[in-house]
Amino acid sequence: MTEFSKNQDRDWIKQRFIIVSVCILFVFALLFLRLVYLQIIKGEEYRLLSEKNAVRLKSIKSSRGLIFDRNKKLLVDNRPSFNLKIVLEDAGKVQETVKKLAEFIAVPFQELMEYIAREGNGAVYKPITLKNDISRDQLAIVEAHKFDLPGIHIDIEPTRYYIYKKTAAHLLGYLGQINTKELKSGKYSNIKSGDSIGRYGIEKSFENYLQGKRGGRQVEVDASGRTIKILRTIEPVAGLDLNLTLDLDLQQTAEKLLENKAGAVVAIDPDNGDILALASSPSFDQNDFTGGISSKKWNALMSDPDKPMLNKAIQAEYPPASTYKIITSIAALEENHITMNTTAYCPGFLKYGNRTYRCWNKNGHGELSIIDALAQSCDVFYYQAGIKVGVDKLGRYAMGSGLGKKTGILLENEKKGLVPTSAWKKKLYKESWQGGETLSVAIGQSYNLVTPLQMAVLIAAVGNGGTLYKPRIVKTIKDGHGLVIKKIDSEITGGLPASKETLDIVRNGLLKAVQGVRGTAKKIRLKNIEIAGKTGTAQVYSIKKNDKRKADDLKYSLRDHAWFVCYAPAKNPVIAISVLVEHGEHGSSTAAPIARALIEQYIQEPFKEKTSLE
Amino acid sequence: MFDRRLIKNFDWGLMALILLIGMMGLGILYSALTAGNETDVVHILFKKQMIWMGTGFIVMMIILVIDFRDLDKMNLFIYTLCVGLLISVIIFGQIGGGSRRWLLIGFVRVQPSELMKIALIISLASVYATSISNTGFNFRKLIKPAVLCVIPFVLIVNQPDLGTGLLLLLIAGSITLFVKVERKVLYTVSGICIAAAPLLWYGLKAYQKSRILTFLNPDRDPLGAGYHIIQSKIAIGSGMLIGKGFLKGTQNALSFLPEHHTDFIVSVLAEEWGLMGCSVLLLLYLIFLFWGLNIAYNCRNMFGSILAFGITAMIFWQIFINIGMVMGLMPVVGVPLPLVSYGGSSVITNMVGFGILLNISMRSFSSN
Repeated sequence: MTEFSKNQDRDWIKQRFIIVSVCILFVFALLFLRLVYLQIIKGEEYRLLSEKNAVRLKSIKSSRGLIFDRNKKLLVDNRPSFNLKIVLEDAGKVQETVKKLAEFIAVPFQELMEYIAREGNGAVYKPITLKNDISRDQLAIVEAHKFDLPGIHIDIEPTRYYIYKKTAAHLLGYLGQINTKELKSGKYSNIKSGDSIGRYGIEKSFENYLQGKRGGRQVEVDASGRTIKILRTIEPVAGLDLNLTLDLDLQQTAEKLLENKAGAVVAIDPDNGDILALASSPSFDQNDFTGGISSKKWNALMSDPDKPMLNKAIQAEYPPASTYKIITSIAALEENHITMNTTAYCPGFLKYGNRTYRCWNKNGHGELSIIDALAQSCDVFYYQAGIKVGVDKLGRYAMGSGLGKKTGILLENEKKGLVPTSAWKKKLYKESWQGGETLSVAIGQSYNLVTPLQMAVLIAAVGNGGTLYKPRIVKTIKDGHGLVIKKIDSEITGGLPASKETLDIVRNGLLKAVQGVRGTAKKIRLKNIEIAGKTGTAQVYSIKKNDKRKADDLKYSLRDHAWFVCYAPAKNPVIAISVLVEHGEHGSSTAAPIARALIEQYIQEPFKEKTSLE
Repeated sequence: MFDRRLIKNFDWGLMALILLIGMMGLGILYSALTAGNETDVVHILFKKQMIWMGTGFIVMMIILVIDFRDLDKMNLFIYTLCVGLLISVIIFGQIGGGSRRWLLIGFVRVQPSELMKIALIISLASVYATSISNTGFNFRKLIKPAVLCVIPFVLIVNQPDLGTGLLLLLIAGSITLFVKVERKVLYTVSGICIAAAPLLWYGLKAYQKSRILTFLNPDRDPLGAGYHIIQSKIAIGSGMLIGKGFLKGTQNALSFLPEHHTDFIVSVLAEEWGLMGCSVLLLLYLIFLFWGLNIAYNCRNMFGSILAFGITAMIFWQIFINIGMVMGLMPVVGVPLPLVSYGGSSVITNMVGFGILLNISMRSFSSN
């Protein structure tokens, strides 16, 4: 064994120790500097990261405003829905977790992964919705396997529920999930991906009121995303409730009457333009759209030839047919081409130029004045009136009566119809107006197009003495405590271009159409209520004069559309109705009975209720 | 024949230092275990660690009784015993965490690779002490030490436990460099190492490669291989100057920290006590290392001197690798922090080491 006794030995050994000491000091200095770098220089940043790690902001969905009818009956409600979500950061091995989940809830693995792929770019802390509105069974199994499914959690969120399936679907509308483009648009600052926004109807046009304000909850979570404690909660603010002008009972009756038909019914309060019923048939179930409609159901809706998704009351344009005679009457009277006593002879046809224009009644109406011409819907009388007035003047009166422009109802994609003029034709077809075309315009069969809503507004104005109202669907907007936040007043958009005398004549004609012995709609006469109305039969396919085929033999899609517009009681109307039945053929036989049933119900029932209460 | 001078010369300072670090370690471990865990688990693991510490302390005391110079005589026996244990691990060993490292002796699970570190230090000290000179060792004289290293290294790396294997090489290398080698040897070995590095890459397992790649770029796979180190850095950094306070570490409590009671325990300290707490621990370790070097320097017995140096080097490398790894200065390697990390074998091994240091310290003035 060597002892170092010699001095030279100790010297080099001492040198070794000095080197080692320097090395150790160097390493410790390095460690210390690294600590200073991490804790002091980058400390603030890491502190924030650690907080972000542990503290998450969980957003709380606000509950959407409710929708009531005019009698405070609840139409649209919210119900709790159990929504399955995943936070990628917490899920560990995402694929494995999702695979397990897919097995538990019996949903294809691929489908779930698609949602993640679609939304999973970016924030790993952001919950991604895997499946909305899972069933009780699925809920139970996910809850039971909670610890096998890190990062998966279930949020109970309010979901839209339309109490009356298919009722007023076009008017109320439905919700759909917001898409990335809309999110980026900045228009929906309060909306998160995965949220729903109004996509149709009132849900869409009143989105800002219905939406409410999201709340939030600061929670501390552990590494697998489980909430450890709640730090702070900002309660969500529920959306505002809407009180509609709609009468649920009337709406349901209208829809029932339209069942198995394609068409629309609009009922308006002539005194203020309130929409009492607005039905479009066929309808769809709005609940199908909640949580995303299946592509199968969507395709079925889109491929239906009767176009269930179209709100035929405002988005479909039809030739007004004989209902247009109201306009022609006003124009002819106002322009003094005729008076109440002016008569014309109807032999069943009118020769104009080298063509023969037929009256619907080929036997002819004989000698008649304007009131009877309106009541019996004599075409020949109006051919002559039309010729006198001319197409451009007719057009001016039509525009003045609210046709050819939107009524201004607060619903999307309202169509404005069409009022033909010579200038319009020149512009579009580069052709001059032919005199014969005026004849067709005068009886509403030419280029003219109107929506059922426009006709409802028009007939309401005739009924109320000439005031055109903007159709109102929402009366008041209230908060959850019933406090009125906003009142929407009825709005006058103009007046019919007709004097009181003119209107009286027209109203008389309309009254006689129902109440007169030879009126076109005499079949719908009621015992105790006087109805004033006008039928219309809009040609879809014009039958040539020597065509022997009868309309009955025509294919359904070529049959005429049936119109009926009316108001009641005739003296002091409380309801104005416009009915259109696609391919219903005769206004008097298919459209008018619908109006009658609605009038009967609307005018008599409140009375019945009152008596039963007393 | 117990010498009274031994008690007079007992190194109370080192003893106090060890106890101080040990207490601090238990405190940190308590934090690491308590936060976010069920109390039962805390009690069981904490109690176990206390028992290990106690046992280690007794082992340390027993070692004090044996004169360290006797270890010189027994070196071959100790070495052979440990290699024997390593071989029996291959046959009887228990698997844990994907490798076969543990041996069940009675009720106690021991990790022979840990004990092997001490055995190798003793053997190397013994070999080097006989022929040390200021000219340094040449290749021929290094053959025996090289063989002594390679046998346990191969056995340990095959478990597989690359971390402990490399630690063994680092300790052996430090001792060898300390006792001086010829320049020629130094350059040749360095050259070979650099040349062999790419070859070594292919010998690594996939997870080892990914650890190295992750070290080079922690953001490579933030939710996979990089997760541990990113979370650890967040924990350390978020402690800032004075920390979040005792038991207030969110990274630890909410189990974002991996292996928070073993390899990543420094992060718990850093998160709760900040730069302040870390500096105290680093300072204590630094004092300890210089104390160890001082013992080595003052020992008149060459074997004792090299042995003391070897033990100090063993502690040093563990501290450096562990803290460096946790702070993202080197790839993730499973090396526990002396006196702080949870784990029986590590506690016992280090306590044996401290026992030897104390032993040398109290006998350094007695001539042979």
